[in-house]
This record gives sequence, structure tokens and C-alpha cells, in this order.
Amino acid sequence: MSAPVWARRRAAAAQGWRRFRTNRGGLFGAAFIALLVAFSLLAPLLIDQDGLDVVSATGGSLEPPSGEYWLGTDESGRSVLLLTLWGARVSLLVGFAATLLSVVVGTLVGVVSAHFGGWISAVLMRITDFFLVLPALVLAAVLMAVLPKSMWTVIMAIGITSWPTTARLVRAQTLAVESRPYIERSKALGGGHTHIIGNHVLPSVLPLVFANTTLVVGGSIIAESTLAFLGMSGPEISWGSMLDRANQSGAVTAGAWWYLLPPGVAIVLVVLSFTLVGRALETVLDPRLKGDR
Amino acid sequence: MTTGPTDQHAADPDERRSGTSTVRYVAGKVGGALVSLVFVVALGFFLFRMIPGDPLVTMTRERPTGPEQLAHLRERLGLDQPVWQQFLDYVGGLLQGDFGTSYMYRRPVGAMIAERVWPTLLLVGTATALAVVLGLWLGVRAAWRRGGLFDRTQTGITLALWSMPQFWLGLLLLIATQGVFPSRGMTSVDPPNGFVMQALDVGWHLTLPCLTLLLVIYAQYMLVMRSSLLEEMGADYLRTARAKGLRDDLVRRRHAVPNALLPTMTLIFLQFGMVVSGTVTVEAVFSWPGLGLLTYEALRGPDLPVLQGVFVILAGSVIVMNLVADLLYRVVDPRVRAS
Repeated sequence: MSAPVWARRRAAAAQGWRRFRTNRGGLFGAAFIALLVAFSLLAPLLIDQDGLDVVSATGGSLEPPSGEYWLGTDESGRSVLLLTLWGARVSLLVGFAATLLSVVVGTLVGVVSAHFGGWISAVLMRITDFFLVLPALVLAAVLMAVLPKSMWTVIMAIGITSWPTTARLVRAQTLAVESRPYIERSKALGGGHTHIIGNHVLPSVLPLVFANTTLVVGGSIIAESTLAFLGMSGPEISWGSMLDRANQSGAVTAGAWWYLLPPGVAIVLVVLSFTLVGRALETVLDPRLKGDR
Repeated sequence: MTTGPTDQHAADPDERRSGTSTVRYVAGKVGGALVSLVFVVALGFFLFRMIPGDPLVTMTRERPTGPEQLAHLRERLGLDQPVWQQFLDYVGGLLQGDFGTSYMYRRPVGAMIAERVWPTLLLVGTATALAVVLGLWLGVRAAWRRGGLFDRTQTGITLALWSMPQFWLGLLLLIATQGVFPSRGMTSVDPPNGFVMQALDVGWHLTLPCLTLLLVIYAQYMLVMRSSLLEEMGADYLRTARAKGLRDDLVRRRHAVPNALLPTMTLIFLQFGMVVSGTVTVEAVFSWPGLGLLTYEALRGPDLPVLQGVFVILAGSVIVMNLVADLLYRVVDPRVRAS
């Protein structure tokens, strides 16, 4: 692609960033996410993993917060603080990976159905509507029940139940772009499907997909925790599996709030951050939304 | 799971406004719903045939079972038949209300589902009724003083509730009230005498699950009511109403709100999918003996025939509810029919 095109895109991105910067909520969210991602990547170096092992845990069962264990201990005597920090890794990884799967499938279905039209579109939209209506949590849980339980099946179960909204959005946007005269001009000059989709449709659809993506990540993290709470997760430590174990071990009746609060608060903060960023991005892409929501 | 607040509404109006006649519209919607129902039934069957390994191994994991017993079980559950024969038997059974037999309880799944329906309807019905009232009231207040302190506080609370897993909210309520309300079941172990006392006992148990579900679903009503009222507020007929000297709250009550109510009516049905996921987690937290708890127990088992039955019933009812919403929208809003 020629240099002017990229110069124009860089300018548009710079302008978008300037507008994004004025949104305090979005900025706070982005900073929090960046910090947490950086920490999660470095966690194996910063955290002594012996403390995560049930066998080598030194604390008592369900001890309240103390000088040694700032957020108390879980039912096997491990530090809740340590578990919460470590749990960020799986929760974020599942959130991002499931979103990637969901957004790729959704974008593909949306673009293909809008671009080719006809019976392909009819079939794809019928399938999309079907998945849109199905209770996603129940379907994901059923998938997990029949598949071997691991982090990767969780990612798959969430990914293939959450793509329809993206598909709908992308389809509408693609239809809008393809009705513009410059697409007709491109076709008249001999541009094939790959050229039109790659050079014209995707560049104008992707910013919207990106804004939508940040909202999907939040939903995926909540979905992961809900599935884990229903017992549908791998053996890894995540915020959801912590809450499941808290519930199963009777932490609620024991009044062990220190076991229940940290993972939940972590989920709320992360999801809230993604939502704030997503809303800010939507405002950047569509200034008409400003102040209206 | 991730459906945003206004997605469903944003997607639908173009379809609704297309110039097809009522008959074609209804036929299209009913046909679409039927196709979806067929998909659900097929998915319900083939999903459970994807399981790696032998279901009998899962079933008999904790009990030593001889080869003769295994063969007998296999025959009784129809597992010795070819897959297409099993599928036909399954569909035929569904049509007669036969959902198979539970692995764990050795009872017909249909009967297990039937006895769990009423507690769920009680929970969902109460929570939805309260959510409609609360959501509409808050939505009207927020829209009428748009951008004010009340509006901004409400938006903040909604965002926070959105970012929260539903089951965690339930657990928080449990731990915060520590024993003030019962933490499990629908009735006391030793239920009191007399209808009134028993009703009060159920209500007592209902409080926390209902409150959790209410907090999960009211925001949608508030948001839709708010944006729908905001749309009406620029309308000329409201200026006319004010110009003839009507007081502000009368303008709101008699003119603006009735028109803005239309989109929220269909929302009751559109939201059903979200309510279903809500009941699974909320009933699991509070051991409320409904369909959600049955799903939870079947997942934990895993009790695959029960799970299969619950999946078909839940997904099927969401499809039917969406159809009702689509049809109702055309009945209640004459403007849609005319255009």
C-alpha cells in the first residue's frame, strides 16, 4: 500500500488518541489494564510459586487477615493475596483468547455475509440469529460438561458462544461501506473480492471491531468466572475458580469475607476498566454519542 | 452473556419496519422460530454424542459393575443402537414429553423438570415484576433530569452492577446479611402450619435470591426506559401539552411515559435469555430448588440426560419468548404496522 494511505491513517490515529485522552474514565481504565497485563506477564518472576501449592502452604485454614497474610488464607492455608495476584494470569488470558476467537469468527461471518449476499448471507444470518437467541451461558456450560475440562476448552466454549453480536455489528457496518460509490468504482476498475475486502472494507470496519472487542473482553472474563463457579473450569487458579472453592469450602457461612472479596473486586475492577475503555473508544469513533449515554 | 444493553433493540427496528404485510411478517417470524427449535433439538442430541469415551464408564465410575450389568444398562439406555436410530427415538420421545432417564436418580427427566418449574417461575416472576417497576421508575426519573446528579449516580451504579458476576453479588448479599435471611432452600426444614404462615416462610426464603436477580435485571429496564423517554422528549406533542399549561409531572405522566413504555413491554420477553442464565447462578448460590439448581446439579454430576433435557427446555423457552416479543411489538405499536 502506498505511503500517503499510511500517513493518512497515522494522522487519523493521532487525532483519535487526542480525543481518547480527554476521556478520564477511558484513560483510567486503559492505565489499569496496562499495569495489570504487565504485572501478569512478570508474575512468575515476582511471585514465589511455592506459596500456590496446597501441600507446601504454611498458613492455617481460613485465617483472617494478619501481618503475615495481608488478605488472610484460603481453606488450605494459602495466602489469598498471592492467589488473587496469580489468578489474574488465567482470568486475563482466558478473557483475551476467548475474545480473539469470538471477534475473528464474528468479523469473518459479518464481512462474508454482507459482501457476498444471496444464499450465503441468508444461511450465515440464520445461524447468527440462532446463536444470538440461545442462552450463551447454558450452552457454554453444556459444552464444558461434555468436553474435557481445561483452560483451552473454556476459551473455546466462551469464544463460540459470544461471536453473534460482533457478526451483526460487522455485517451492518460492511453493508454501509459497500453501498458507497468508491466501492463501485473499485469494482469497475477490476478490484476482486480480496482487494475490496482487504483494502476497503476491513480498514473501515476494524476500528469499530476494536471498540467492540474491549467490551467483549469484559464479558468473557465474567463468563469465565461464572463457568468456573459452576465447576466448569480447568485446574488452574483463576478468580472464578477461587470463588468456586470459597463457596464449596463454606467460606460464606464461616463469614470469611477476605476470601470472597479480593477475587470478586478484581473481576469488577478489570471488567469496569474494559467497559470504560470500550465506551471511550465508541465516543472517539462516533462523536455523536458524546454525552448521550 | 455479553449482549450489551441496547444491542437487541438496535438490531431489530429495521427488520420490524420493513414493508412486509402482517401475514408475511408473522409467518417469517414463526418459521424462523421453528427452525431454531429444530436446531436446538438437534444440537441437544449431537452435543451429547460428542463426549469422548463411553457414557456408561462415567455412570458407573463409583460402582463396580459386571459385564452383564453393563450390557443390560446399554440395552436399556438404547446405547447399543446405531446413532440415527437413537436420534429418531430421542425426537419421538421428546414429542411425547419423554426426556429420558436421569443417570443419578434413575427417574424420568421430564418429571424432574416438571417439579422444578414452579419454584423458578415464582422466583423469576417476582424478580421481573419488581425489576419492571423499579427500572421504569428510575428510568423516568433519570431521563427527566438528564445529566443531573440522579442520572449520573444511576449510570455509575448500573456500570458497577454490570461488571459484577451475578453469583458473586449473591454471595456478597449472603455474607453481608450473615444469617438474617435463610441461606438455602425454599422452605424451612420444619415448615409452619397454616397457608399464610407457609407463604410468609417461602417469602422469607425468597428475599435474597429475588433481590439478587432483581439487581441483575432491573438496569436493562431503566436504560431502555431512559433512552426511549429521551427520544420522546423532543417531540412536538409534548411542547403542545406544555403550551396548554399542563404541569410538568402531568406532561410526563399522561403524555410522555405512555408512549415511551412501548419498547419496554417487549423487553420483558427479550430479556428472558438473560434471566435464564441469572437463575442458574442465583439458584446455585441460594440452593433454590428450581430449574437453575437442577442445571447446576446436572453439570456437577455430570448427569447428562438431565442436562440435555434442561438445555432443550431452557433454550426452547428463550426462542419462544423472543418470538412473543417480536409479535407483541407489532400488536402494541400501531406505528410499526402502518409503515
